[in-house]
Amino acid sequence: MGFLIIIVAIAAWVIYAYNHLIRLRNGVDNAWRQIDVQLKRRHDLIPNLIEAVKGYMNYERDTLTQVVEARGKALAAPDQASRIAAENQLTAGVGKLLALMENYPQLKADQNVLKLQEELTTTENQIAFARQAYNDVVLDYNNRIETFPSNLIANNFGFKPAEYFKTAPEEQAVPKVDLTIGAPRA
Amino acid sequence: MAASDFRALEAKNRRQTAVLVAVFVVLYGTLGFGLDLVMRNIVVVNGQFFGFPIVTVFALVIAVIQSYASFYRGASLVLLSVHARPLEPDTPQHQMVIDVINEMAIAARLPVPKPYVMDDPSPNAFATGRDPTHSVICVTQGLIDEMDREELQGVIGHEMSHIADYDIRTMMMIAVLAGGIAMLSDFLYRWMFWGGFGMRGRGGGSRDSGDNQAGALIALAVFILALVAPVFAQLLAMAVSREREYLADASSVEFTRNPRALLRALEQIAKTESPLKAGTAGTAHLFMVNPRESAKDDGEGFFANLFSTHPPLKQRIARLRAMLGSAGATS
Repeated sequence: MGFLIIIVAIAAWVIYAYNHLIRLRNGVDNAWRQIDVQLKRRHDLIPNLIEAVKGYMNYERDTLTQVVEARGKALAAPDQASRIAAENQLTAGVGKLLALMENYPQLKADQNVLKLQEELTTTENQIAFARQAYNDVVLDYNNRIETFPSNLIANNFGFKPAEYFKTAPEEQAVPKVDLTIGAPRA
Repeated sequence: MAASDFRALEAKNRRQTAVLVAVFVVLYGTLGFGLDLVMRNIVVVNGQFFGFPIVTVFALVIAVIQSYASFYRGASLVLLSVHARPLEPDTPQHQMVIDVINEMAIAARLPVPKPYVMDDPSPNAFATGRDPTHSVICVTQGLIDEMDREELQGVIGHEMSHIADYDIRTMMMIAVLAGGIAMLSDFLYRWMFWGGFGMRGRGGGSRDSGDNQAGALIALAVFILALVAPVFAQLLAMAVSREREYLADASSVEFTRNPRALLRALEQIAKTESPLKAGTAGTAHLFMVNPRESAKDDGEGFFANLFSTHPPLKQRIARLRAMLGSAGATS
């Protein structure tokens, strides 16, 4: 009788732990889709913005080309790891572009450019926040997979740790100190 | 924050809402019973009640309907009472506010709240609704005019955390139910002066026993209750809301990962003196910073704390400074 109770208790725990892992994994997939939506939006926005500013920003050909190339690489990326690398390059390029746009006062008079600029700024922020949320979910999931006793279930049913969305090294190297006197673009 | 934390907070707020509704219904019933005694719908003879307490029944029905309505329609009522309107992306600034709300919803992993605006030059904001899927964030035009993107993120992050831990539901119920109590006790107060005492004069000849004196005593007690009830409702709102402001400030930093955002916003607000025009006693506790007093005479000390819906701005700023100090070392 006692033996039976132990068997039932173990079976109940296995079912619970398995379902919990499935829920966490679905959470990771969902969080990735949230980023994906924003990344796609950025891909759609960039050609429009480049088209709108290239007349004004003749001396920034290098940055403009860099952004277009990074976008192309991200679109053509064969797997998640190379996609993340390309998107990080694109993030750096867009950040540079948005910063350079501040040097061209005539852009401020163009309603279309202003609208696109706001849209791209909020998309960049949404990517950053979605990445933050994604990494939090991945941390929960990976912890679950690697810690005892749920790691027994994870190993037997083939749960693999999820990949973090790490930022590009050059982006991390930039010190987070803002010395601008005017309104900073957070 | 893990999902289980939110579930625990939701359960806690659900209990609080249930207690709130129970207190409200009992209060309404008691006030109705007092009216019944004054109107002589029921009379006390030899320690026994005679007659049908029609007003009590009526008050209880109203209380239940009002609780139900404030749960499902509370957000609209609150928005109506502060004259808020939906925020349209008609100017670049308005577009930016809508965008920042989207951004912070992603950071908090919540559905996007509906944006509202109220025409008031004083910078302030509040969130309301019965749960995250039926939530709104309302900002003043003053906030839009004075804040840059970073500061807005801090403010909206603060409101988003009230939404995440279901504070908005409790706060909304308090706002609407406390408003109802204020209305009822106001009505009762007038009625007792103009109706109640007149009737006692008319019925003065038929006074026969000490029982009706007991009735008069109960009526007096109800009369006092009618006076005290709104104050009681107000105290409840204060006690519930004060601690949560610190919590929401901390969560805002967790969402933005940037203590400077909210710090700069609060410092900016601390500089302005104009109190909010639409900030009434019933809705004061909903707002991000206390709308009823100017930031300059923001009190400290026990009594100032007891009678305020918000912790002093100075203390909130000091706590954020401490966070900024520890974050600056790591990032």
